[in-house]
Amino acid sequence: MGFFSSGFSGRGRSDNPDLPPGQYLTESFPVLSAGPTPRIATDDWEFTIATETGKVHRWNWAEFRALPAEDVTTDIHCVTSWSKLGTGWRGVSLDTLFSGVETSAEFTMAHSYGGYTTNVPLDDLLGGKAWVAFDFDGEALEPEHGGPARLLVPHLYFWKSAKWVRGIRMMQSDDPGFWEQNGYHLRGDPWLEQRYW
Amino acid sequence: MMTADNVLDGNAAAGPLLEIFSVDLTAAHGRCDECGRVCALAETVLYNHAPGLVIRCVGCDAVLLRLVDNGTRAWLDLRGLSYLQIDRAQ
Repeated sequence: MGFFSSGFSGRGRSDNPDLPPGQYLTESFPVLSAGPTPRIATDDWEFTIATETGKVHRWNWAEFRALPAEDVTTDIHCVTSWSKLGTGWRGVSLDTLFSGVETSAEFTMAHSYGGYTTNVPLDDLLGGKAWVAFDFDGEALEPEHGGPARLLVPHLYFWKSAKWVRGIRMMQSDDPGFWEQNGYHLRGDPWLEQRYW
Repeated sequence: MMTADNVLDGNAAAGPLLEIFSVDLTAAHGRCDECGRVCALAETVLYNHAPGLVIRCVGCDAVLLRLVDNGTRAWLDLRGLSYLQIDRAQ
């Protein structure tokens, strides 16, 4: 601490209790992408949950949209250090999607149109903590942000919220996904700053 | 190949790759392990608005190279390349 004060007393990152360590606030919604944006018509869209026994649960778009949906207001935290507070989503809870799924596996791999993958422990998907989201800010989710539907797991870094999600595969072990194979943390809790291995 | 915004050509990977290698790898020719296309890394498609650098095949969009660098460690994944041909300086 220097002798002189700058005279400013604005809220920095350290005194905003909603910002995890090492994060800064953004009002925009940056688009991060590791590949070209898939354009998936809802007529062609499907979502699957595949269990360790080989059983596959399927929903087409109409079946998926007929499931009970929830409005979710949540903060999101990208591992590239931006955080956006109070974002508004609508989606189907993973608790709903898993309600008829029998599994003893503890880990999952989310798969996306375009080939992206990310691993998430099942405990992080259940208990009102994760959704398959189809609206953002009251509008249909744009392809650049993962539409027609993306995973939303806001208590983990946002790379876990797989855009263009097409399914979840149950795993007996916590195998790494696209970024987790190359330095990024297996779980990615922003409050523990679990960015890298 | 699908169109994409916010991409660069592989030339822009020269700096980050030079920090890992002592030669300019963007001049090296790589073979896509998916479709077999061979081209200079400089001619590939680079996605850098991402948690790391992702270089994809200009022909089939397959991932050729991933580079994550956290400042103290770097992770380089070359699985998508069946080879890299590096021409030695004469």
